[in-house]
Amino acid sequence: MLTIATGNKAVACAVKDANPGVIAAYPITPQTEIVEQIAEYVTNGELKSMYIPVESEHSAMAACIGASITGTRTFTATSSHGLLYMHEMVNWAAGARLPIVMANVNRALGPGWNIWAEHTDSLQERDTGWLQVYVSTVQEAYDATLMAFRIAEHSDVMLPVMVNLDGFSLSHINQSLETVNIGDFIPPLHLPHAINIAEPRGYGTLTSPEEYFKFRWDIERSMRDSVRVIQETEEDFTRRFGRRYGCTDDYRCEDADVVVVSMGTLGKEAEVAVDTLRSEGIKAGSMRIRWFRPFPVLDLKGRDVVVIDRDYSFGYGGILADAIRAKCRAEPYSVIAGLGGQEVTYEDIADFVRTRKPGTEFWFGVTEHV
Amino acid sequence: MFEIRIHSRGGQGGVTAAKLLALAAFRDHKYATACPFYGAERRGAPVVSYVRIDDTPIRIYSQIKKPDLVIVLDNSVMDVVDVLHGLKPGGLVLLNGTHTKDMKGFLTYSVDLTGIALRLNLVVAGSPILNTPVIGALAKMGIVTMDSAKSAISEMFSDTRNVEAAMAAYEELVL
Repeated sequence: MLTIATGNKAVACAVKDANPGVIAAYPITPQTEIVEQIAEYVTNGELKSMYIPVESEHSAMAACIGASITGTRTFTATSSHGLLYMHEMVNWAAGARLPIVMANVNRALGPGWNIWAEHTDSLQERDTGWLQVYVSTVQEAYDATLMAFRIAEHSDVMLPVMVNLDGFSLSHINQSLETVNIGDFIPPLHLPHAINIAEPRGYGTLTSPEEYFKFRWDIERSMRDSVRVIQETEEDFTRRFGRRYGCTDDYRCEDADVVVVSMGTLGKEAEVAVDTLRSEGIKAGSMRIRWFRPFPVLDLKGRDVVVIDRDYSFGYGGILADAIRAKCRAEPYSVIAGLGGQEVTYEDIADFVRTRKPGTEFWFGVTEHV
Repeated sequence: MFEIRIHSRGGQGGVTAAKLLALAAFRDHKYATACPFYGAERRGAPVVSYVRIDDTPIRIYSQIKKPDLVIVLDNSVMDVVDVLHGLKPGGLVLLNGTHTKDMKGFLTYSVDLTGIALRLNLVVAGSPILNTPVIGALAKMGIVTMDSAKSAISEMFSDTRNVEAAMAAYEELVL
């Protein structure tokens, strides 16, 4: 069906279509509309899931873990402080190899109290063993949420997936949305070693040093396998529903001398900047990172790279710029912009490219280079 | 790309008007985005929402700085906000009801949206509903077609008085 919807509504629609057995969530701005909409689906009978309105995000993830371990498809959604409040359980979900899907509406961390877009919340969870995808349109929020269930639950992955969308700039914007009849796109979940009350057993989770590192390596092995599963899933999605996705969203990169690397809605705004720069004779391209974990293999050789980080690691630098430096052996011009919802226009992005100084860091809004 | 800024007060339906307008444009087979200015909205405070309409997909998420059209659902907002700020040369203004302010020479249309809502008893929590009649006015101005305006309103509201309100605004707006 074709309609218009917000990013939040698109996520809720995808959850309805994926039909989880259990949803446990706690509302937080700007994610609230997701859980409100899901609660409405459950109330009006469109969704048969068990909806658990928990008392905190820590409990939300704990409830998802408890449900998922029985082999039930499970979903939650959060944002910012809610995500950090569940941090302990976020680690547990991945370590226990539970294919939980979570939408995180990216929002800055307080203080100062701020409800607007920033990626530092989810990037603080980057080492937990969750796959992370960052989306840029309402349609992509829907499509990525659907695919997240299939990828998470694939027997070669069995890891949780976090779908990230920018607070307000995507969560609250209305754009066109085409929902699909998913058919058998997401096969039934088969969780090995699922707890079954018909066959009671005792489990001990204390793991010796000799065994523990094997479990850790197994997470990493599945992370590496997930690259193929993501690709297969995205290709099957294209075959069935027409829309095409990849680990990055590349725009006019083929012959580009300078590539803008970013995540989320800024990646779309960057495409407009690229068109502006091209009209001035500057061969620019935009590479929007979709999958941050597993981190993609990127070819940026021989080009100038401008990385826009909507996040920061204090005492170190932009988190995306760090990844580009380490994984691509590039020396990017690192721009820190859009923190706490700071307005960044395509004209600003074009300026970053025009005035780039590779090897330096620039805080947008702070006039001098640092 | 056609860019629209809607001024209203929290609770008057400016955000819904933006969504309705985007849906109507979408039903006209155009691309459209609608978004509120992302603040901590509260009832009665001046608020702004944005609509972009284009023939190609819209990739801009930042706020509209140079609108083609400014809509003012509550004229009292003009006492505290410069609603004409950034309006493009040759830009349009749509006001609710009669006005006495000088709109600095911009082509300005007026229609009594509040009167229409009150006449049809379209009132929620003491506030007349302005977001459905305004879509009729915009159809008259050629921003969307009236068929799509009606279809968008019917999709979002089951009360048929909303479509009646849009039709009344369409009739009453003098070009």
